[in-house]
Amino acid sequence: MQQRNEPRDRERVRHGEHVVEHLLRRAGFGAGQDEIDDYMELGLTAAVRQLLDYESVPDDVDSLIGTPGYVATTSNGAFSPRTVINDSRQRWLFRMVHSSRPLQEKMTLFWHNHFATAYSKVAGALGADEGARYMAAKPTEDPNQVLGQIELFRKYALGNFRDLLVAVAKDTAMLVWLDGRTNVKGKPQENFARELMELFTMGVDTFAETDVYAGARVFTGWNLTRPQNAYYTFSYVAGQHDTTAKEFTFPIYSNSSKVIPARAQDAGMQDGLDLINAVAAHPATGPRLARKLYQFFVSEVSQPDQGLIADLANTYYASKFEMKPVMERLLLSPQFTAAENRYARYSWPAEFVARSIKEVGWAGFSVNNALGPMSNMGQQLFEPPDVAGWDLGTNWFSSGAMLTRMNFASQLATNQRVNLRDLARGARQSPETLVSFMLDRLTAAPFAREPYQALLDYARAGGAWTGSDAQLLTKAAGLAHLIVGSGDYQLV
Amino acid sequence: MAITRREFVRGGVAAFTISFAAPAFLSDLARAQGRSRRNLVVLYLSGGNDSLSMLIPYNDPEYRNRRPTIGIPAANVLQIGSDRSGVALGLHPRLSGLRSIFNAGRLAFIQRTGYQNSSRSHFEGTDIWSTGDPRSPQSNGWLGRYLDTLPLPVDPLTAWSTTGVIPRTLQSNHVGVPSIPSAQGYTFQSPNGGADNGFARDSATRIASHLPVDQPHLAFVNATAQGAFATLDRVIQVGTYAASVTYPNNGFGLALRTIAGAMVKGVGTKVFWVQTGGYDTHAAQNPNQANGSYTGLMTTLNDGVFAFYNDLLNQGLLNDTLVLQFSEFGRRINENGSQGTDHGAASVMMAMGGTVKGGIFGTAPNLRITPDNPTLENSGNDVHYETDFRSVYAKVVDSWLGGDSVPVLGGNFRGGAPEIL
Repeated sequence: MQQRNEPRDRERVRHGEHVVEHLLRRAGFGAGQDEIDDYMELGLTAAVRQLLDYESVPDDVDSLIGTPGYVATTSNGAFSPRTVINDSRQRWLFRMVHSSRPLQEKMTLFWHNHFATAYSKVAGALGADEGARYMAAKPTEDPNQVLGQIELFRKYALGNFRDLLVAVAKDTAMLVWLDGRTNVKGKPQENFARELMELFTMGVDTFAETDVYAGARVFTGWNLTRPQNAYYTFSYVAGQHDTTAKEFTFPIYSNSSKVIPARAQDAGMQDGLDLINAVAAHPATGPRLARKLYQFFVSEVSQPDQGLIADLANTYYASKFEMKPVMERLLLSPQFTAAENRYARYSWPAEFVARSIKEVGWAGFSVNNALGPMSNMGQQLFEPPDVAGWDLGTNWFSSGAMLTRMNFASQLATNQRVNLRDLARGARQSPETLVSFMLDRLTAAPFAREPYQALLDYARAGGAWTGSDAQLLTKAAGLAHLIVGSGDYQLV
Repeated sequence: MAITRREFVRGGVAAFTISFAAPAFLSDLARAQGRSRRNLVVLYLSGGNDSLSMLIPYNDPEYRNRRPTIGIPAANVLQIGSDRSGVALGLHPRLSGLRSIFNAGRLAFIQRTGYQNSSRSHFEGTDIWSTGDPRSPQSNGWLGRYLDTLPLPVDPLTAWSTTGVIPRTLQSNHVGVPSIPSAQGYTFQSPNGGADNGFARDSATRIASHLPVDQPHLAFVNATAQGAFATLDRVIQVGTYAASVTYPNNGFGLALRTIAGAMVKGVGTKVFWVQTGGYDTHAAQNPNQANGSYTGLMTTLNDGVFAFYNDLLNQGLLNDTLVLQFSEFGRRINENGSQGTDHGAASVMMAMGGTVKGGIFGTAPNLRITPDNPTLENSGNDVHYETDFRSVYAKVVDSWLGGDSVPVLGGNFRGGAPEIL
């Protein structure tokens, strides 16, 4: 049994505060003290329901960008997330930090990784402005009401997975990213059909190469058009569609038929809808989604509980692919709150950065300054390394990436040093009280004796303790750096 | 056997005096042990390289028939002669630097490398090439397993990944591999200057040294931080390297420059990892056009590797260096409707270095679709492998790294290995 840091635990006497913090780290991006207090008043079950029923919470976070009291953004000229990808990245980070709908943002990040699409290829094909537009534009800000891909994920964050697949298959950025726009009769393009089965639904080794070839023919004619030179949008081009029958190795229809029948070209778009229905309903899809959700929300350390995976998969099929009941069962499962599953995930760089900003502070800090470090930590938003998404879990951690996390902690603590000093004045009595205060504010896992002693020795180093403002200015920032840069803090 | 391999390696060649029937690798090992500066640079072209646009059988009539748009005209290729089956081969027109290296006898092409039932999945294919295990590619990497054979303790800079993540190829049981894309950014910062910076580094180092056995995930993260602290000061020296040539100002060029710096500064790294991406050329790859994506890929590859070659040549390090290139699969022979190519099977590997026996190894595919054509598979759509990629790995482990490829690769794959070294 390791000796934990006792002073910190004594201060957090409110029953269930650890669990609510855990909920907000997982179903959100961490929480400042105000948010914790709000959710504490609700209690765990009601807090989960509020996170799930985010439609009832006003979606006004974007209107706060550029207003005092919130983390800042920095742009060349007018802030334009609809046309400048650097601004799109800042807007998303801003939402992660300040959204009142944290689970919606968290699921949006999940889908971004699941349907991983990189801006660079879209921009390479259509230009930088258009690339940002198809990745991140909101209909309310676009002259043609373009719904960028990330807004699609936000819209379907806890929606119907089958409907999301259809929307993704028609998504402009996806049609460029996986070359669907070049998939035509007689010259099938396999990229989208392969990843639809391998990555988006069933998983590797659940289908045959012939399924890929047949799947490519299914989606011939799913293309883009640009009416009046306004914007690229989905269009089914009947003349490009392969009208012959397509045979698969798995059932497509509820009568177990494996063949999509030959159809007249005007009716051929139904081929794709039939295949999407089939892969959504495939017996491998529900468990695979359940495992991915388990690893993102519950634990990357323990093997997924087979009973829970089966339960989530059953919920998925019984609800006809609705994600909200699946997530409700997951978040209210005993496994979710089990003590051994706390701090049992390796934070993604987006999670680490957003959480540290929420917990250290943001006054005068611009999310623009987080973008370079995030890239060096291995996660540039809108730029996953390939269609399989980021390499998760332990793969986030290498010496270079860990050093970048430590140095981001230093950068943020340096920026917040005056605020941290002011906040820490109430804990100026001794090095011990200061360390306890900082650990509590930053919601790190309980420090074991050795690392706790290392923090305390740092607080004591450099001269006798006076608790002066000058000493607090140095040591509060120094401790924030050490805690946020510690291995413990990387776990959520 | 009275002496274990590990003891042998630890004792060094001079201590090895007991006589027994030495397997063939021991002579290689003895040679390798004498060359302490030897290193291996693994070069991964990510996405699945369309090697038929890189090393081109330009006189095969089916080549242009099956690639009417993206096939490179015979007049444009950089001819490098013929393979042993008499097929004339040429390089992509942007590979003039590689042709110079080839003409100097220091570049080997190994045609039709792959394995039975080649995976068409990027991710499974990459795992297979990384682990050397087509049947269950979930284990550590082949070079990670090699690192595990080194005597403990292993210096933390024994391997070096120039990408942000540790590739599966280098994942091992015992050896933590640092990722250092750029030596310049590899520093420890803290909010306060002066003495407090030292206090912070002491404290952070102590926090990182906490490796609780009952929390392996925390121990893992802390161990990566430990790896950073253990390598910081030496890597800063690499950041001061002044190269003898100008490298291209892109990620690939700068990674190669960092590797050359590490070699010149003598940090002792034996295995480097470098990669360059964009090879998943489903569309608009047209290698004949300046704006075709494959043209850009070849330009990046050629300019980076040629600068690296010249830098090492100037620094007198070429004989200590072996660059080994691979990709997760080759691509479909027929072009698709979007001036691109879909996922295929066997591809080409390259080996470059001062002691490489340059030349063209293996035989090119015959691109004609007939039922009895053994060089093709998948109804003639894809290139069938001739050389098992693990035989190339075996050659590198045995003859270059001074290891024993049999335990590293989980079997004897020495048969059929190209004589590239």
